[in-house]
Parts: sequence; structure tokens; C-alpha cells
Amino acid sequence: MTSDNDMNNHRPHETPFDAEDADPLVIDLAALATEGPAVLLDRITASWVRVPSAIGDLYVASTDGGIAYVRTSGVVHDDDAEFADLFHQRFTRPLVAATRPPTGLLPALHTHRSAKLKFDLSELSHFEREVLLAVLSIPRGQVRPYAWVAQRIGRPKAVRAVGSALGHNPVPVLIPCHRVIRSDGTLGDYVFGPPTKRDLLDAEGTNIGEVYELARNDIHYIGSDTTGIVCFPTCPNARRITSAHWKGFDSITAATTAGYRPCHHCQPATPEVA
Amino acid sequence: MQPIRPRRGSTGVTSAKIDTMSQPDEHLVGALVTDLDRGFVALFHALRHTVFSTALRLTGRWADAEDLTAEAFLRAYRALSGYPPDRIEELKPRSWLLTIVLNLWRNSLRDASRRPATESPEYLSDPPDPPDPASDVEQAVGERESVRELAHLLTLLPEEQRVAVVLRHVVDLPVSEMAEILGRPEGTVKAQVSRGLRRLRELYSKEVPR
Repeated sequence: MTSDNDMNNHRPHETPFDAEDADPLVIDLAALATEGPAVLLDRITASWVRVPSAIGDLYVASTDGGIAYVRTSGVVHDDDAEFADLFHQRFTRPLVAATRPPTGLLPALHTHRSAKLKFDLSELSHFEREVLLAVLSIPRGQVRPYAWVAQRIGRPKAVRAVGSALGHNPVPVLIPCHRVIRSDGTLGDYVFGPPTKRDLLDAEGTNIGEVYELARNDIHYIGSDTTGIVCFPTCPNARRITSAHWKGFDSITAATTAGYRPCHHCQPATPEVA
Repeated sequence: MQPIRPRRGSTGVTSAKIDTMSQPDEHLVGALVTDLDRGFVALFHALRHTVFSTALRLTGRWADAEDLTAEAFLRAYRALSGYPPDRIEELKPRSWLLTIVLNLWRNSLRDASRRPATESPEYLSDPPDPPDPASDVEQAVGERESVRELAHLLTLLPEEQRVAVVLRHVVDLPVSEMAEILGRPEGTVKAQVSRGLRRLRELYSKEVPR
């Protein structure tokens, strides 16, 4: 089997050649090699930055899909390598240092608004993604009970599973699972520990002590008898109600029975439930 | 991140293996063992030319080649993160990566042929790409029409011949390394290359009457 004979098949229009290297076809084939886009590396690696936040520096890792992983410098003991180790426990991608933070990250941390950030939640289950996207809609300065999240995603009985999903949140602070607390007004668990949850809520100006006091008195919703609208206590609409018109409720059913309708802003009940 | 160029022929001096001469293996696997993530970035830059060119000329489409290349490197990284150091040290990175590329590509062909027509993959139902986006670049450096035509003709070759011609003549692999990757004797590999070239010439004369 000699390749030279095979190739030299006597086409009159082909340039005769002595060696394979002089074969115009072989030369043309070699020209088909191409450098390949260097940006392909972004589809393979993740990159990390360290940025300041209200609770100290954060390590943030991103893929080409968006922000994928967040840890506080405290959790990783200020150690880049420890952050990389934690990252690798959840992601099988090489992690490299980024030249600059992902678009919008610094403003988002500064304003406590993350709605415009891109997240890579592809490693999560469908349920976990649903939970996190519901939580992303909770505005800064406000809190919601775990049961509300469960209701929002159409799984009203899955309150404990919501808690687990939030405990597994790969991007805390940015997807604000710290804004989800227990119905009794206590903070509940947090990925980085309850004290950090408290610090974050304080930094956002949430009066969590007041929420707790109200809950202790069985008040979970607040209505205005002038507008006939009922809200969560941390809703800006609730905070505007003057004491003369202020009315507390222990449940949405009690409020709607009394003729109040749920606020469109903080959505204390899903339409079906209402 | 600077690309690390293969140092041809600079390794293999202390190695008993003969064909390490063509690959900067020790350098690359050494970096992987020291620091998997940094080493992997170096590996990417050392091999992206070969891996992407292979992917592009097998699939014939720029976007598919990007997907295939990214997937191959991701699989490689996943495998490496589970390998003990001595297993990494034994790797021949180029052959190994190209084996992954070929397996992924063959699987995608098989999946595509099994899928019902209504669910044909993107690249079968899409309107054809403009030959490929790189042609702008290639034209700028003086690519001839015949070269672009050749890229198209390559995709018309039967699978085995296409693989053989691409590995041998596009990315310039030695026959010995091809034999290893394809799991065939060198003689068989050479014959596949020859048949591929012959078929290309036939297609060429049909498509480009002169």
C-alpha cells in the first residue's frame, strides 16, 4: 500500500510532484488549520475576583453563563486557595484569576440590587433554581417568610425544601436568601451563619427587630383602613401607613375576610390563594 | 495568560518512549501535576490550535467546532481532576485530547442520525452558515477560493477518510500518533489517508472544472 501511487493518480491538470510536501492538495490542506478563538477559554474556565461588600470582602466566581459562586473572605479565612477548594467541590472547571469584576457586580453590591446581574445556576436542580429566582424578586430592605417563597413557586407545602434550597444557594448576598426569615419573626439559618444574615439585613436598613416584635404579637401583615390594602410589615407601602389607620393581621385570610386586598408590590398572597 | 508554544523535539530525551519527540508532554503534564488549573490553561493554549482545527474541519462549521472544542476540554478537565498524579504523568495530552474530540464528534453524528427528522439538531436544520466566519480573517491573509472550497469538500468525505486526512494533513500528526489515537495499524492509517486524498481529488475535479 503505497500512498504515493494512490495520490499520483495521473490527473492531467494536477501539477506533478516529487515529494508529498510539494503536492498542492497537501499544501492547501495544511492551510485549513486555524488558530481557534482564544475566547473559547472563557467557555472552559471560571474566573474569580475579590470585591468589597457590606459584610467584608467577597470572593466571586463567574463562568461565561454568569456569576456562579460567592463566599465571604471570612468563610475562606482570607485564603484564595481555600476559596478555590470550595469552588472545586461544586464545579469541575479550572478557576483562574479574573482581570476585572463581572459587569454590574460592584454597583449591585453597592446598591443591594441584583436584578440585572447574570447568574449561572446550571449546576442546580430545577426546584432550586425556581426558589432562587423567586428570592431574587424580594427587594432590598424587605423580608419574606419561607412559606411565601414556597407559595410563590407553586409548592406551598415545600417550606422545608425551600429552606434546604436556600442553604444550598451558591450565590448568597447577590441572590438575597438573607431576606427570607421564619414566620415567627426570627432569622432562621443562613449559609454564612445567622450573625452575617443580621449584618446584611442591617446594612440594607431592614428593621428586623420590629418584624420580630410584631410577630410576637401575632401580627404578620399590616393593612391601611384608608386604602384597604394589606402588606408585609417591611413593604414600603406598609411603612407609610400612619398609626391612626394602621391595622395588624395574623393571616392573609383574616385580612381578606375583613375586606382588604393583598398589596401588588409586596404580594403577601399569590392570586390563587387570595 | 500567555500561550505556551510546543517546544518541538525538546523533550523525550530522558523518556523511553520514542514518539514523545513530537509532543511537549513532560512540560505540560508536569504543569498539570503542580497546579491543575494553571496547568490546564497552559494545556489549552498549547493544544487549542490542533484541537480547534480538527474540530472545525471535521464538523465543517465554526459554531459546532467551538462547541466541540469547549466540550472536549471540559471533559478532559473533569477526567484530570479525578486522576492521581502518576496517571496524569503518563498522559500524552495531544493524543488524549484528540481521542476525546473524535469520540464526542462520532457520538454527535450517531445521535443526529438516530434523532427523528422533526428534532434534527441545529446544525442540520439551520440555513447554511456563510462558509465560516474565519474566512474573513483567512481572506485577509490571502486565502484562495480553492482553499475554502477544499474545506467544504472535506466534509463530503466518508467519516474514516475525513478523520485520517484532517489528522494527517490539516493538523500534521505523525502516522504513528494517528495509529495510536485511531487504534489501527500504521499501514491501515496510511491507506485511509491515501483513499481520502484520492477521493478529495475526484470531488475537486467534479466541483471545480478547469
